[in-house]
Amino acid sequence: MNAAPALLELRNVSKRFERRLDFAGRLARRLGANLRETTVHAVDDVSLSVREGEVVGLVGESGCGKSTLGRVVARILEPSGGERLWRGRPYAQYEGGDSRSERLAVQMIFQDPFASLNPRHRIVDIVGEAPVVHGLIPRRERDAFVARTLERVGMDATLMRRFPHQFSGGQRSRIGIARALAVNPRFLVCDEAVAALDVSIQAQVLNLFIRLREDLKLTYLFISHDLGVIRHVSDRVVVMYLGRVVESGPTAQLYAQPNHPYTAALIEEVPRIDARHRSYVPIRGEIPSPLAPPTGCHFNPRCPHAFERCRAEVPALREVAPGRFSACHLNDVPRT
Amino acid sequence: MSARLLEVEGLRTHFFTQAGTLKAVDDVSFAVDRGRVLGLVGESGSGKSMTGYSILGLVDPPGRIVAGSIRLNGTELTTLGASQWRRMRGNRIAMVFQDPMMTLNPVLRIDTQMIETVRAHHDVPRAAALDRCREALVQVGIASPDERLQGYPHQFSGGMRQRVAIAIALVNKPDLIIADEPTTALDVTIQGQILHEMQRLCRESGTALLWITHDLSVIAGLADDVCVMYAGRIVEAGTVDDVLDNPMHPYTRGLLDSVPSSNTPGRPLSQIRGMTPSLLQLGEACAFRERCSRAVDSCRTAPPVRVSGGRSLRCVNPLA
Repeated sequence: MNAAPALLELRNVSKRFERRLDFAGRLARRLGANLRETTVHAVDDVSLSVREGEVVGLVGESGCGKSTLGRVVARILEPSGGERLWRGRPYAQYEGGDSRSERLAVQMIFQDPFASLNPRHRIVDIVGEAPVVHGLIPRRERDAFVARTLERVGMDATLMRRFPHQFSGGQRSRIGIARALAVNPRFLVCDEAVAALDVSIQAQVLNLFIRLREDLKLTYLFISHDLGVIRHVSDRVVVMYLGRVVESGPTAQLYAQPNHPYTAALIEEVPRIDARHRSYVPIRGEIPSPLAPPTGCHFNPRCPHAFERCRAEVPALREVAPGRFSACHLNDVPRT
Repeated sequence: MSARLLEVEGLRTHFFTQAGTLKAVDDVSFAVDRGRVLGLVGESGSGKSMTGYSILGLVDPPGRIVAGSIRLNGTELTTLGASQWRRMRGNRIAMVFQDPMMTLNPVLRIDTQMIETVRAHHDVPRAAALDRCREALVQVGIASPDERLQGYPHQFSGGMRQRVAIAIALVNKPDLIIADEPTTALDVTIQGQILHEMQRLCRESGTALLWITHDLSVIAGLADDVCVMYAGRIVEAGTVDDVLDNPMHPYTRGLLDSVPSSNTPGRPLSQIRGMTPSLLQLGEACAFRERCSRAVDSCRTAPPVRVSGGRSLRCVNPLA
């Protein structure tokens, strides 16, 4: 390990969403109704560090907290607990005029290329607004700047006066990427950035991400439910289940030899071109509600290897091999 | 009784809009045998869903089936009247849609919706209908059917709702189920469970399945045969093994190559350049020629369908 601090680090970050009872609810409770304030632990004590130039894939099923974690990283949400560090210093130290470029250094690319672009703005406004507002470029240079940014993502700059509805899904994805790139970020949080695209267009956009990484020396947190996509773009993979990290490790090793039973099941379930007429052997059960997660290891009701301790005690994320982390009690049981 | 269940021949479904005629389905032919799974694969706008809707007689104006025949067990479907369709839909042919929230009525209990489906087609008492519903729910892997029958759709998770939608499709033991991207909205582990149930049901009951999807890897695991659609036409068809191991149409090849798992991680993916053409501007020529690396002059004329050894292909310059 080198001594340089990670570009981005999360230490024991949690995000809870609480629903408080309104007046009527409190009154009803007074009168004996069975109402409680509910709390969802969307992200529960997650630590993560991303080195400069690295692509970390964050994978999990719906409700596992991967998007919430991405939003916490991108400062869209404030964490309920824990620390976020950028180049070894807490986010909070980057307030004030001088650190503006550092604050802009983390940008987010959203899932839905239809909902994330303002339908009433022209492309030139969508891409050009942020750099002008933040004083990165003077207003009179905006059009030329937008043209350069659009060309960087493989779009025809003469289309910049058009509105979002005049573009296809793949082009809109590129516009979303151009908007993020317009403020010279170092770090992109890509939240299901290719999920809404057709296979042939998805390949084009993934190639764009790979090229931009090399051209601009970008670092990515790549969030996806698609294990094939994650495997293709990531150097390292982090697997989440119901708000917790269950396993992380270098991509090739993690796919070849998953340690956690959940990771193993996920990889097994992925449909593959080369697996023909297979008999699907599904893992049983549903993903539990994050409102009432199971005790102990969250995966225990679905796990084929669960034993007594899994129901009682939360497994800690520990290093099981160099660079490989897993949160599973089975690692304490001697293998037979 | 022959094994051939569904025969679609020369189907053309066109939409007559102010901007012009949109050829959503243009000369599509295929057949499905009893107990077989046919995958209909294509990208958005390829006409795969509209092919499914056409079979079920669900094409709304300004769209219309302008040519072709669809036969189920020898019965011509394109000329059926409204009351004949009512006896056919939900009984002999059933459909499962992508979004189960749209299929299920949010204000009716599951038992009400299921019993309605049974009694629309069979003159049975409510108790007998309920037994059938219970049986169908068990078939799709729902653990406590009695409890679930009392529930409303919003009390179910996405995967559970899709199971209920499949159970409703199954309840009258149809000959054919058309499934339009039924697992696309679901998580990987839940998708695995649903694919498992569907596969088992087809094997056990002899129900044929037309599985419409954009995901070639789902087709690889589930289907026996596959038709690849592009811009309203079937460009290549055959058994899953033949087509996926040895694609002959440049579009099929391109699709297979752009799947991340068939590429070396970290390297640029092979991609198909350009994008899907507008269905309004299609002529007789091959619609893929603008994006094709093997395009030749003769691609400007309508490519003939060549059939050999159980495979069909619509390309003048195929891969070896």
